[in-house]
Formats: sequence, C-alpha cells, structure tokens
Amino acid sequence: MDYLALLLITASALRLAVPVLLAAIAGLYAETSGLIDIGLEGKMLVGAFAAGAFASLSGDPWIGLAGAMAVAIVIAMAQGFASITLRGNQLVIGLAINIIASGLTVFLGIAWYQRGGQTTPLADAARFPALKLPFAESIAHVPVVGPLYNVALSGHTILGYLAFATVLATWFILYRSSYGLRLRACGDKPEAVDTAGVSVVGLRYSAMVINGALCGAAGAYLAIVQGGAFYRDMTAGQGFMALAALIFGNWRPGRVLAACLLFAFADAIQGRLQGSVLAGFEVPTQLIQGLPYLLTILLLAGVVGRAEGPAGAGRPYVKGER
Amino acid sequence: MRRMSTVVGGVLAAFINIFIAVALGGILILAVGEDPIAALDVVLQGAFGSLDGLSYTLHYATNFIFAGLAVAIAAQANQFNIGGEGQAYLGGLGVTLLCFAMPGFPWYVALPFAIVAAMAFGAIWVAVPAYMVARRGSHLVITTIMFNFLASLLMIYLIVNQFREAGSMIPASAAISPSLELLRFDQILAAVGVQVPESPLNVTILVALVCCVLVTYLVWHTRWGYELRAVGANSEAAAFAGIPVNRVIIQAICISGGLAGLIGVNEIMGAQHRLMLDFAFGYGFTGIAVALIGANHPAGIIPASILFGALYQGGASLSFLFPSVSRDVVIVLQGLVILFAGGLVHVLRPLATSAVEAVLVRMGMAGERI
Repeated sequence: MDYLALLLITASALRLAVPVLLAAIAGLYAETSGLIDIGLEGKMLVGAFAAGAFASLSGDPWIGLAGAMAVAIVIAMAQGFASITLRGNQLVIGLAINIIASGLTVFLGIAWYQRGGQTTPLADAARFPALKLPFAESIAHVPVVGPLYNVALSGHTILGYLAFATVLATWFILYRSSYGLRLRACGDKPEAVDTAGVSVVGLRYSAMVINGALCGAAGAYLAIVQGGAFYRDMTAGQGFMALAALIFGNWRPGRVLAACLLFAFADAIQGRLQGSVLAGFEVPTQLIQGLPYLLTILLLAGVVGRAEGPAGAGRPYVKGER
Repeated sequence: MRRMSTVVGGVLAAFINIFIAVALGGILILAVGEDPIAALDVVLQGAFGSLDGLSYTLHYATNFIFAGLAVAIAAQANQFNIGGEGQAYLGGLGVTLLCFAMPGFPWYVALPFAIVAAMAFGAIWVAVPAYMVARRGSHLVITTIMFNFLASLLMIYLIVNQFREAGSMIPASAAISPSLELLRFDQILAAVGVQVPESPLNVTILVALVCCVLVTYLVWHTRWGYELRAVGANSEAAAFAGIPVNRVIIQAICISGGLAGLIGVNEIMGAQHRLMLDFAFGYGFTGIAVALIGANHPAGIIPASILFGALYQGGASLSFLFPSVSRDVVIVLQGLVILFAGGLVHVLRPLATSAVEAVLVRMGMAGERI
C-alpha cells in the first residue's frame, strides 16, 4: 500500500466518521446529563428524511440542514418529555423511537414520493460543495505534508469540518464552562445539582435540545452529503455505532473522536482488504465490519480497559427522593 | 393470587394501549389521504377473512409467541432482552446444521433434536451478555444490541461464504432434505379431505403452546420461578434471603435466548426449508411489543401474538390495495405500543388500575383475588 492510497483511505475515513461522530457527540450530551439514549439511530433517520425532504423542496442544503435539525429536536423533546417529565424507562423509550422512526420514514417516503421510500434525488445546488482548503494546491508538492493536506484533509464539506469543530467546542463546553460542570454533575449526582439550586429537569431538557440538533445534523450529512437523497433505513446501524463509540470513548469528547476515527478507518480499509490474505488466513469483511461492536463488548466485558459512564445515567430524577 | 383490580387494570391498560396505537396509525393513514376505516377492514379481512390468511396470521403468531416468551422470562428477572433477533438467527443456524447432519430422517424424529439445537444455540449466543450483566453490571440492552449486529454479520459470512450452493447468487443455504420438512396444517386438512391453499403454518405452533404451558409452570409453580420473581421484584432482598441472584439472572437470560432460538425451528424446518438471510428480521422487537401488551404472562402473550401476527399478515394486504400505504405502518404501530406499554407503563397502568378499583368498590367487590 503506497502513501497516496493511505491518504485516500484517510480522506474516506474522515468522511465516513462524520455522521457517527455527530451522533456520538449528541449521545454524549444526553448521557452526560443523565439520560441514556439508545434512540440516536431513530433521530438520525428522521433527520436524514427531513433533510432529504427540505433540501429537495428548497434546493438549498442549509434549509435541508435546518429542517433536519428542527425535526430531530422535536423528536428529542418528545423523548425528553417521556423520560424526564413522565419519568419513563429511558431504554424502552429510545428503542420505541428507533422503531417508530424506521417505520414512519418509509411510510411517509412511499406515500409522498412514490419511489419505494426514497426522496427526490438532490440537484448539485442542493448539496454541500467540497471545499478546497487555502493553499491546498500550492503546497501539494511539498513532500509528505503537502499531499496529506491536499488529498486527505482538504476537499471535505463545510458540514464535515463543522462536525470536527463540534468535538472541540464540546470539550470546551463540558470541561471549561459552568454549564458543562453543571451538566456533568447532573449526570453523576443530580441531587447535588438540585441542592445547589439548579434545575435538573431544565439541564436535561437543554442537553436534549443539543442532542436533537446534532442527531439532525448527522442525518442531514447522510442524506445531503453522502446519499444525495434519503433512502429507506439509510442509517444502517450508524446510530448504534455512535453508541458503541460513545462507550468505547468512555464518554469523553476526545476519546469519542478517536473511537469514531478508529471505526471509520476500519470501515474505509475493509473494501480494500476484501479477499486479501493475512497470515495465511482470508480476512472476512464481516469481521472488520463487526470490529466496533466486538471492541465495545470486549471493553464492557473488562477484557480491555474499563467503561465508566455517568453514575446517575438511566435513573429518572425525583425531587426529594434519594 | 393477584388482586382482581391489578389483573383487570392490566388488561384495560393493554386495550387502551392498543387503541391509542391503532388510532394514531389511523391518523397516519388519514394524513396520506386514505380512509382509515377501510384500511382497518382490509387488515382484518387479510388476517382473518380467509383460511389462507388466518393460517399465515397464526404462522407469524408462532414466531411472536417464542419472541414474546423470550422477552417475558427475562423481564421477570428485571432484565430487558432486546437481542431476540440475533438469538433467533443463531437458533436457525443450529437447526440448519442439525438438518444437514440428519438428512433423510423423518421430521418427527428430527424435531426434538432441532428444538434442543435451536435452544442451545440461542442460549449460548446470549450467554456472554448474560454473564456481563451478572458479573460486570453491563446493560443487557447495550450488549444485546451489539450482539444483534454481530449475529447478522456472522450469518452473512456463513451463508455467503459457507452455506451458499455453488453457482447460486441467492444468499441462502441449500434446501434441507424434504423428509425433514415439518408437517403443515394444509397437509393435515388435505388428509381429512379439506383442500386449502398451501401455507407455512405447521406443527411448531404446538411447540409454541407447549412452551407457554412450560413457562407458566416454571415461573409461577416452581421454586426456581419463585426465586426468579423475587430477584425481579427486589434483587437486594432476594440476595439477603439467600437466593443466588447472579446465577438466577444468567439462567433466566439463557432460557430467554433459547426460546428466541426456537423461531429458527418454525422458519427453517417449517416454512422456508433453508437458511435464508434476515429470516427473523425485526422479530426481536415485535417480541418486546408482544410481551409488553401480554403483561409478561403466557395468557397475555398468546392473544398479543395473534394480534401482531394479524397486523403482519393484514399489513401485507394493505399495501396491495392502497398503493400509498405501505406495510411499514405496522412497524409504527409496534413502536407506539412499545412506547406506551413499555416506556410509559407506570403512567397508564396505575390510572387503569385505580379506575378498575373504583368500579370494584362501587360493586362491593374491592380486594377480591383471582
């Protein structure tokens, strides 16, 4: 494998990482605030559908993105209402959202577009263009660094760059702002937050707003950047992959990013490894596809490292109850 | 012995859940410009209107009984097994391997072995998540989600690379030998002179009913079942009373996996006669809805399975007659049932129970037990 091939794999891994990363960061906000969210997949799917619908209707990718975020926020608010205010079982509610989303998007897609669940294909103007980073062409000839910059790092969409910026912003919000301190306390020991006179319910709802917006953005990336339309079940488990990345990344922004990149690289090289022989043994593509889940299970089983999430996650908060 | 108000309240809550879900489904159908009453009529006609439709409904219901019992027995230990789909695939793998090992045997000889193989494969597949719950405190939900994906990938690998017949493009194994195909009800009816169209309903439904009896006996009439329910009600109190909590949880989850594995018997020996990709697609989730509506009791799971079997079968005829309505509306109904009957169970059920209690007090029957 030569250097250029490696760079092309890197570029494709960076592209593949974006939706999983956005969803994983969405999950990070929910779980940091104390809400376990297995509904990432469903909210992504609804976001992708809304993005496909709004972008094809308006011809503007930004309106598609805004529509996806708005619709996903509405779903996240419903999820928040059921799990925060009505204190329902968070896992079951998340599961229900996934199932409803997978049925509803196909149902509406078939009813509205008559294309077997697909939305109208997007024209180029309705998609985000690839951006050339400054000086990409001019330093392309500098050895090693030039091609890395020009081939691997340049040429992604604005949404892709924003996704990576989100990680940095999230780290700053969670670890360098008073809101983040409160949010983390809210997931670890909600009683303490309540004692300090800060609303646990308010914090958890605010986390779900961010959660919905990011899930919507993840879905919009799938429909507007990758697919060029919404296809039925187009998330294909990426919301669960995000959940795996969140656990594998130990609920920390930097490590979650690393986990997403690891999974994305595995995904990007699997096409290349297809049928190749490693140590006299043919590597099945399915083994590489299953790697994220396998690694997460090994982590949870305590074989490699430790997984420690927010201590209070999953329990509804009842004022005055210990 | 349970309080009458609890039992009746639970049944009332189940009916309210179904009603809300169906009503919301009707609004969806109205939203895309079709008549919901006509659609409901089509669903009921498709599911129950003909012997053919009815036998398909019962065939699906057989799968859902296994899936529902699987969810229910784990739920008795306060565990939530959402990996029924993956466990069903592994059960199917066990059945397929057994069928290839016993070619030419009559089905009634092979069936007991197939049941054991399906249950063993399903149980072994869920053993790792079960162990992780008991020893590591991992969420069964998270681990079984991961295991569902792994099961799906494993099946793709095995079917495409190992089982697929040479030269065949269809992702399926070779057919099992015809003698191993389970007896179907249309064959039984034909033997007594009633001609009906061929449908996959087969003797596995009897296995499912026997499982319902066995689960009832195991959970409510044995010492182990008492321990199981004690763990589910309050694991700390159970541990204090000397019940081996971890062992009971692991056993319950493995039995759960074994029950889900039995879907493989119904589909592979009963219906498709070969191992196909995605033969249990979505069944694990349907099992959750079935167990929730059936209040985790076989007496509730059987009617709930028939309800969802009818929705599956009737949903198919729906999309034939209304081009803008797809059968995915059934998936939405399932999700709504899971949301209302599962996620928000403590909102609706106490309301229904106290309403029933109020009525019973008026009738002078408060506090009666059944």
